[in-house]
Amino acid sequence: MDYARYLRLEKFPLIWCPGCGDGIVLKAILRAVDRIGLERDEICMVSGIGCSSRTPGYVDVNTLHTTHGRALTFATGVKMTRPDLTVIVVTGDGDATAIGGNHFIHAARRNIDLSVILYNNWIYGMTGGQVSPATPRGDRASTAPFGSSEPNFDIAALAAGAGASFVARETVAKPLLLDKLIERAIRKKGFSLVEVMTPCPTTYGRLNRKGDAVQMTAYLKEHSTSKAKAEALSGEERERAIVTGVLVDVDKPEYSEQYARLVQRLRGAPAGA
Amino acid sequence: MGETPASPVRVMSGNEACAHGALAAGLRFFAGYPITPSSEIAEELAVRLPKLGGVFMQMEDEIAAMGAVVGASLAGAKAMTATSGPGFSLKQENIGFACMAEVPCVIVDVQRGGPSTGLPTMPSQGDVMQARWGTHGDHPIIALVPFSVAETFDLTVRAFNLAEAYRTPVVLLLDEIIGHVNEKVRLSDSVEVVERKGPDMPPDRYLPYRHTEDGVPPMAAFGRDGYRFHVTGLAHDETGFPTNDPVEIDRLNRRLNGKLDRHRERIVDVARHACDDAELAVFAYGSVARAARQAIDEARAKGIPAGLLRPRTLWPFPDVEVRELARRVATILVPEMNLGQMAHEVEWAVGGACRVVPFSRVDGLPVRPGQILELVEREARTGAGVSA
Repeated sequence: MDYARYLRLEKFPLIWCPGCGDGIVLKAILRAVDRIGLERDEICMVSGIGCSSRTPGYVDVNTLHTTHGRALTFATGVKMTRPDLTVIVVTGDGDATAIGGNHFIHAARRNIDLSVILYNNWIYGMTGGQVSPATPRGDRASTAPFGSSEPNFDIAALAAGAGASFVARETVAKPLLLDKLIERAIRKKGFSLVEVMTPCPTTYGRLNRKGDAVQMTAYLKEHSTSKAKAEALSGEERERAIVTGVLVDVDKPEYSEQYARLVQRLRGAPAGA
Repeated sequence: MGETPASPVRVMSGNEACAHGALAAGLRFFAGYPITPSSEIAEELAVRLPKLGGVFMQMEDEIAAMGAVVGASLAGAKAMTATSGPGFSLKQENIGFACMAEVPCVIVDVQRGGPSTGLPTMPSQGDVMQARWGTHGDHPIIALVPFSVAETFDLTVRAFNLAEAYRTPVVLLLDEIIGHVNEKVRLSDSVEVVERKGPDMPPDRYLPYRHTEDGVPPMAAFGRDGYRFHVTGLAHDETGFPTNDPVEIDRLNRRLNGKLDRHRERIVDVARHACDDAELAVFAYGSVARAARQAIDEARAKGIPAGLLRPRTLWPFPDVEVRELARRVATILVPEMNLGQMAHEVEWAVGGACRVVPFSRVDGLPVRPGQILELVEREARTGAGVSA
């Protein structure tokens, strides 16, 4: 495909560090959008703060780089004003599940038609490697110098529990599977989440002696497993397993459509008219 | 204006009038969170907005409500939220975003006693400085402050018009009394409504943050007519993309902060009551201005040459108008339901040209006309230069 069609190439080079997986996610998003056949004017890409949230700046669509953790709130305002727009939210593990945790669960509960692509690198990259709610227990961060004492969120399970209609997880080690999941997420009418495991060799990798980007990507691949296989694992092995694939795919009422129905009912027009 | 002889008389609260004013101005998106004493605004709009095809949302928190309002406005809707002190505090970061990204929107703050949870059901004017300086960094803001239910309708319409005209958030400062008092009003069916200035360039040449002559860049809406643009809270150049260039950053900050000054004459709005021959004046706003007006009338009946200067825009501060008054009177009394927040501003504007006497009430009770009359009489007796 012609990636240049969707990119603001004049904004290159990318802000991301060498070895960062974020560019792989960006390309996967563009392949998904291209396959669906979305025009640039039909897309609004909204982000919060962090490395992942710099993605929209490179994409030639309607782009909104908001405040830390709040991307979903801005995206909700855009979607409810222009339900015809495809609204893609790009966020990170810290942005979405720490400072933005409340918005994350409530957007999922509402089942509003937002497609969330969450880059999970287990750490706060942009601010220099601080511990995040996704940092595995025992792993180091600049603010967890002796290893994190806290358990980490299972972000996909969090979204599923909150009511998301589509939840999937994949790693940047499998970019061609990734774009298919992102495509399904965008096509899904309702709140969808694709949690993408992506390496941060600069902070997480260094602090935890995980090697370079190639080794870290190999780690993601080796620890990937299906839902069924993961259930057979036990102890730390299970805790460290990265369960990939589609985890939730259900049809349920979507918020903006439900609201439009309410408006039609109140205004006396038959639903669907 | 809100009061026209043609429309029927109705009895409503300031909060209800605010909701009606917003709808008259073209409100299409409201997001809020329950908080006393502002909830009636949300409740009124929850009933009315969907019937008009607009969007009403109760969000998960105050922060979300403000974020949703900014998103809706960028997508082209006239948008508003309403809250009170604690919620106003929570909204500040996203208000700052709206200032920086120049997103028109209206924030209603029905002031209650503070600090912190304070006095949820009692009035105060403790947020007037927060309205100006609540967010970090230098930024422009407009704040309007009505003194009656009818004026709440008018100033809500005006808040939208100013927001759209100057691409800025506008704060509407009610207080618990104005929000909850029921008064007779005649609401007009048609009001003057201002729409934002759309792009004057084709999409390929459009600059969302162009340094225009009037300081207000034309504004496109997301997903409309091929205008794709980038919005960020980072320092940005005319294209809207982040920049670290000191020249561009300086240019942005100076245009942003000079924007409202350029249009000061059209924004600043004060009402004067018996000021022409006044030798002693009261500077009062919001519900305190109601008490002050009665006190002035009673003082006049007693032969004291007192007048009232009543700002309807608190920010930008009416410094020119206050200074002009200070040259003609011996004393300006500043009664407030806070510990002298605007009195300091009046003192600064006056620059020693006359005496400035603050009066504070922070016990959760309203300032009574009798208290202001007493102050006026005392000043008339003891203050230098008053002839009564």
